[in-house]
Amino acid sequence: MNLSPLMTHAHAAVADNPWLSQTVRIESITAEIPEVATYELAFVDPVLAARYRFLPGQFNMLYLPGVGEVAISISANPNSRERWAHTIRVAGTVTQSLSRLQPGATLGLRGPYGNPWPLADCLGKDVILVAGGIGLAPLRPVIYELLANRAKYGNVTLLLGARTPEGLLYPGEYTDWQAGGIEIESTVDRASSEWTGNVGVVTLLIDRLPLPRPDQTVLLMCGPEVMMHFTVKSARKRGLADKQIWLSSERNMQCAVGLCGHCQLGPTFVCKDGPVFRYDHIAPFLKVEGL
Amino acid sequence: MTANASTESEFFFARAGLQQLIDVLRTRGYKVVGPTIDQGAIIYDEIASVDQLPQGWTDQQEPGQYRLERRNDEAWFGYVVGPHSWKRYLFPPLATVSVADKTAAGWQMTSSPDPSPKYAFLGVRACELAAIKIQDRVFLGGAYVDPIYRDRREQAFVIAVNCTMAGTNCFCTSMNTGPRCRTGFDLALTELPDGFLIEVGSDSGSEIVRELQARVAELAESQAAEQARLQAELQITKKLDTTDIRNLLLTNLEHPRWADVATRCLSCTNCTMVCPTCFCTSVSEVSDLQGDHVERHRQWDSCFNLDFSYMNGGNVRNDIRSRYRQWLTHKLASWIDQFGSSGCVGCGRCITWCPVAIDLTVEVAAIRGETP
Amino acid sequence: MADRPKLAVFKFASCDGCQLSLLDAEDELLAVAGAVDIAFFPEASSRMLPGPYDIALVEGSITTAHDAERILEVRKQSRFLMTIGACATAGGIQALRNWGDSAEFLRAVYARPEYISTLTTSTAVADHVAVDFELRGCPINHHQLVEVLASLIAGRRPRTPTHSVCLDCKRRGTVCITVAQGIPCLGPVTQAGCGAICPAYDRGCYGCYGPVKQGNSEGLGDHLVASGHHPSDLVPLFRNFNGYSPEFRAESDRLAARAAQGD
Repeated sequence: MNLSPLMTHAHAAVADNPWLSQTVRIESITAEIPEVATYELAFVDPVLAARYRFLPGQFNMLYLPGVGEVAISISANPNSRERWAHTIRVAGTVTQSLSRLQPGATLGLRGPYGNPWPLADCLGKDVILVAGGIGLAPLRPVIYELLANRAKYGNVTLLLGARTPEGLLYPGEYTDWQAGGIEIESTVDRASSEWTGNVGVVTLLIDRLPLPRPDQTVLLMCGPEVMMHFTVKSARKRGLADKQIWLSSERNMQCAVGLCGHCQLGPTFVCKDGPVFRYDHIAPFLKVEGL
Repeated sequence: MTANASTESEFFFARAGLQQLIDVLRTRGYKVVGPTIDQGAIIYDEIASVDQLPQGWTDQQEPGQYRLERRNDEAWFGYVVGPHSWKRYLFPPLATVSVADKTAAGWQMTSSPDPSPKYAFLGVRACELAAIKIQDRVFLGGAYVDPIYRDRREQAFVIAVNCTMAGTNCFCTSMNTGPRCRTGFDLALTELPDGFLIEVGSDSGSEIVRELQARVAELAESQAAEQARLQAELQITKKLDTTDIRNLLLTNLEHPRWADVATRCLSCTNCTMVCPTCFCTSVSEVSDLQGDHVERHRQWDSCFNLDFSYMNGGNVRNDIRSRYRQWLTHKLASWIDQFGSSGCVGCGRCITWCPVAIDLTVEVAAIRGETP
Repeated sequence: MADRPKLAVFKFASCDGCQLSLLDAEDELLAVAGAVDIAFFPEASSRMLPGPYDIALVEGSITTAHDAERILEVRKQSRFLMTIGACATAGGIQALRNWGDSAEFLRAVYARPEYISTLTTSTAVADHVAVDFELRGCPINHHQLVEVLASLIAGRRPRTPTHSVCLDCKRRGTVCITVAQGIPCLGPVTQAGCGAICPAYDRGCYGCYGPVKQGNSEGLGDHLVASGHHPSDLVPLFRNFNGYSPEFRAESDRLAARAAQGD
């Protein structure tokens, strides 16, 4: 292992013990959609802060001592250097306890872990991002990367689905994303009286998407399993092969480094072989009940 | 850690030399762990004297059954494998992976201060050497290394003992893991009526041999040892057909046999606990009353536990069928994808220690379409 | 819940061992007392505040007509009702009467049976009212009770083990007494919680923590019969502290039927 001279004993210990978390402080908390908030975390140790990098699609293990750990995808700009955004839904013990913390509180963080989205495969291609509800969170770093290097990619379309208009994540950023050259289409299952947009499942948006060069298109998706299932069906109809489709999957990650056995799905460890998978690699195992 | 040093010729020491070996290792600071009788079985525990070895005893094993029996000789290693495996020492059932303390500057996390014991394992069988190699790949072979396993493994001194008999549930020959100990040891012994034949597998092994009253083995002794080892091989009757086993199992995930075995399987976790390669764990938080000092305790867990696959309010593997399928397909099929070898070494522990006598070789044969 | 949740402890037919476990908790009890308002706990305090209560701990089974009425009232007064122990959760050892002739028991035990007013059955609280959480054990493990109370206060999922006793035997290095000695043991189908004490002393598990979720009692019964145990000898194995839990009851009834058929 290559250790920089700046690294103290504590930093060497991080490399030595994959179970060891580092202290981060909550810098800000932003309420998003119901039950969902974005936490910006900063390393207390400046050396660790300077060293930390992640790739879009990777996740961190956040740790509340006495409560437990939870895997959270990173929603930050990959070029961030000080604060790392994590968009979190209250779903279990740890996220519940996290939701009671205030800015200034400290917690533990290990990461980043997992395989990222295939941005290199997207160069020069048209990119379709499909996100259902909080599924936009692990895709947000991709959006920042596409915006930062917009000329390197073809058409970029973001298809958003949510149960209700209030369930659309990060609405305050859509204008900036559109201005940066990303086409956004959204749809909701149940409209409110003010909603003038689409109503229906997100796959309907794929059906009527202009797709000038399906063989030069990459689709990245994250959302409920049923959404991803129907997205694949629609994408296939539009001429995309399974190997052009990527998804971010969820499993009960515990150690995040392939040592505890919890997150297996067929031959894969979702924590280290995923969470981002090419669809044709994982499809045979996704369809087996109880695998 | 064991290295493959050049082996010189084979050595021989008289039976009294075994106590000397234990003494030399203990003098060098090793905790010697070896076979001993406890609770009606030959288990592994710390020993100081040959008197603690199961001299004159053997184990009679059937699916779901284990009994100690007297041998008609005074052999120290005249048994096969028992309910314990060396993973108990390299990968302990309970370990602290990290510690958190609340300070004025917030939570501070540190590694566990638990020291790593320096073990010498006496009586490691060929299938167990293979199991240690498999766990080496799991814990040391990937991008992330488990520090608890590594620290114990690096210091461990391995004394293999060749089997001179086989049990009913042994099938190491099917898994190409035994019965002959070939690599992965510091010393390998073969027990003969009047002493032990020694093979040296590493520099540290060679160093220890120099301290023993051992001499170069005579041809007749080497031949007698070979005969004794051959006897073990000839006694093995159980078979697991591993032909294309990965695809056989992964393309039969909906085979009716999974539902059949689920009527018998208790999902009790015994097979995974006695398996020398199973490595699943869960971590729990243990805190003091104020909650200011928290330890993360890692414990052996099992894919047979309902909550093992708990996620977002539900359990992914929500019946015994899917849990047995997970275990067997992981052990014999997807393990190959993950670590480049089978996860099974053919030791037969999961067959013997299944309280309802389920035999994985029979289950695989059924999936293969062979009548058991 | 207002500031501190109001806690009440109610007793039905039981030996009081589970309430004693709570009192035994000492250090933890102080923390519990600080976190909850103990409004009704006759065994510990003369302070008896009226309901409603936020958390009710119910010990004991329903064995009299009066019990059956009183548990309805307890339910009405309680936001979260948790049974503690095998009696409240499964009817307890006294549920053995459910397979017998209760009038005959009365005649055998009491000089003046006509003074005794009792139901012919001992049943679990859940057979009478909705139960929010069942804390297993005979008696309960006070660490688990404190953990469940702490989780309730924190509004999170309690971390009580759901695995079998076998896992704990293996973690502590106990050799399986069924495999090595042929002793029938309920461990494979029993929920952990005791730390696997009995097998470490060469005794089969009595099933104190009740059936493990998705256990396979039938598979265990079938194998024990196949390995030479007579079904009638196995009936008492399942009919113990948690004998009237649905899983153990079904298996003991099945074994009893096999025994009656001369299996």
